[in-house]
Amino acid sequence: MEIKKPAIAGTLESSDAQVAVEPADSGIELYLESSVMNQYGRQIKATVLETLERLGVENARVTVVDKGALDCTIKARVECAVFRSCDASAANVPWGGAVR
Amino acid sequence: MKNAVGRDIPDFLLRDGREVYQGKNYMDGKYLQKASPRTRRYEKPQESKIVESLAEAMRQCGAKSGMTFSFHHHLRDGDYVVNMVMKAAIEELGLEELTIAASSLGNAHDPIADYIEQGKVVGIQTSGIRGRMGEVVSAGKLKTPAIIRSHGGRPRAIERGEVHIDIAFIAAPTSDCVGNCRGIGGKSNCGSMGYAMTDAKYADHVVVVTDCLVDFPNMPASVEAIDVDAVVVVDSIGNPKKIASAAARISQNPRDLMMAEDVAKVIAATPYFKEGFSFQTGVGGPSLAANLFLEKYMDERNIKMGWAIGGICGPMVELLKKGKVGKVIDVQDFDLDAVNSINQTPNHFEMSASQYANPANKGAFVNKLDFVVLAALEIDTGFNVNVLTGSDGVLRGAPGGHPDTAAGAKCCIIVTPLIRGRMATVCEHVVTVTTPGDCVDVLVTDYGIAVNPLRPDLIRCLDEAGIKHVPIEELKEKAYSLVGRPDDLQWEDKVVAVLEARDGTILDVVRKIKPYTLEED
Repeated sequence: MEIKKPAIAGTLESSDAQVAVEPADSGIELYLESSVMNQYGRQIKATVLETLERLGVENARVTVVDKGALDCTIKARVECAVFRSCDASAANVPWGGAVR
Repeated sequence: MKNAVGRDIPDFLLRDGREVYQGKNYMDGKYLQKASPRTRRYEKPQESKIVESLAEAMRQCGAKSGMTFSFHHHLRDGDYVVNMVMKAAIEELGLEELTIAASSLGNAHDPIADYIEQGKVVGIQTSGIRGRMGEVVSAGKLKTPAIIRSHGGRPRAIERGEVHIDIAFIAAPTSDCVGNCRGIGGKSNCGSMGYAMTDAKYADHVVVVTDCLVDFPNMPASVEAIDVDAVVVVDSIGNPKKIASAAARISQNPRDLMMAEDVAKVIAATPYFKEGFSFQTGVGGPSLAANLFLEKYMDERNIKMGWAIGGICGPMVELLKKGKVGKVIDVQDFDLDAVNSINQTPNHFEMSASQYANPANKGAFVNKLDFVVLAALEIDTGFNVNVLTGSDGVLRGAPGGHPDTAAGAKCCIIVTPLIRGRMATVCEHVVTVTTPGDCVDVLVTDYGIAVNPLRPDLIRCLDEAGIKHVPIEELKEKAYSLVGRPDDLQWEDKVVAVLEARDGTILDVVRKIKPYTLEED
């Protein structure tokens, strides 16, 4: 999928993650902040990149502010932000289709 | 050198006869030489000991650079006294190289972090360390490693002279003109002043700081005039709203209540649950709620609690007033119900920290405990508990009376949710061992109960009562299956804090945390 406009999903509540995506020219630029960085930072990064890959996103600037979300939450927030940026979130959302 | 909980203690800390932790009751039967303070004689009758300012009181006590000042934490997050005293010492008197020896420190003491960064405060000895102070100490900015002690370990170290207090500052809700102090009757009441008592007896000099001067004699005094050099009257010693909460409420969270009910079930299944049993609980959600369910079992079997100790709050005072507990003995108060009850409600008494939990005296209250119910930040498969360092390795907690009550009680129950956010509470290895696993008996979580294999007698009790329990490894695996297996924290060599076991041996160290990178090593 192509990131067409900036979009955001998720909150800054504990156990959630806020994911923002913006258009970018070449490749994935990831900015990650996490309340559990020292123990899960690399796993969160891997989860975000894997989810983007399954969604077919090749170029994007992605900002994740994680407040200790579980992997399933992170995947869902990334997916939602991408759908919103592609105007694919209004109807017939293929939830989980790409991220299984 | 590896200690009995498998922690590697660097050799440079093992000087002057200092040993690594060897296991529970290792020091039993040994002798110790108590230290004695050098105190000034006030033979000529004094009308009053009131002096104009903190700076003046310090001058009178011969304050100079390099000294150790002590504080107690009954004013909790409402405390103004630590900051006030350190400001006067550093900014008015120009003192340097100071050490703070406090019974605990909290978020109220953020300004001290600046004095650490400026190198004016070079030593911290405390139970709790949080907020900015925790961050700067964790970043290695304190000149000497902080020393973390339990509430019982502190009076042991003071009595033995391992920490020598040059000036003890007593935050007193009321005092008379010669320094008889009480925790009630003023405008910033804290109730018990138990943690200050050993300080007043073993410090060279004692300065009382109060915001409510009362008529002589202020009796019965928690800290007595015979130990006090000077009294300073200030506008306010603390923010009453943060000293004691209105009332510690029993949690309505169904998860907390479910765990609390299981705790009560476990207690009722042991042989110690009989007429006159003794009990201590923390004030965390599920620990406090255990009171509620325990009362049901007490009614059912028609038994009463003999006595309760600890940090005390409303629900325990309520049991006392209903006649369901014989005596409450109190080292600290957490809410106004407890503050207003101590020395007022019959059989609600005050005690010193040494009387409460000191392992080196001839019999502290914790040694007679049947049950203690405690929380944990983390507990590992060896039943070792961490209540000091966060999952990022930064100092943000306090051992408090945790290791003392766990070691003393016949049955120590840890109650904690299996995961908090993404953190696995039950884990492979805790970040820092604050209570050794040989003192912990039962773990109650929202996903199941585990009993320490060191206690086959308790395993039998639970089996006979039909209470399901699992090996602690199963709980750990369940936690990791939900949150993923965490990466190990990466540390530098530098030791930023030494965690003393309650007997004075070294239980663990906290090192400086390495900056985290997202790239694989």
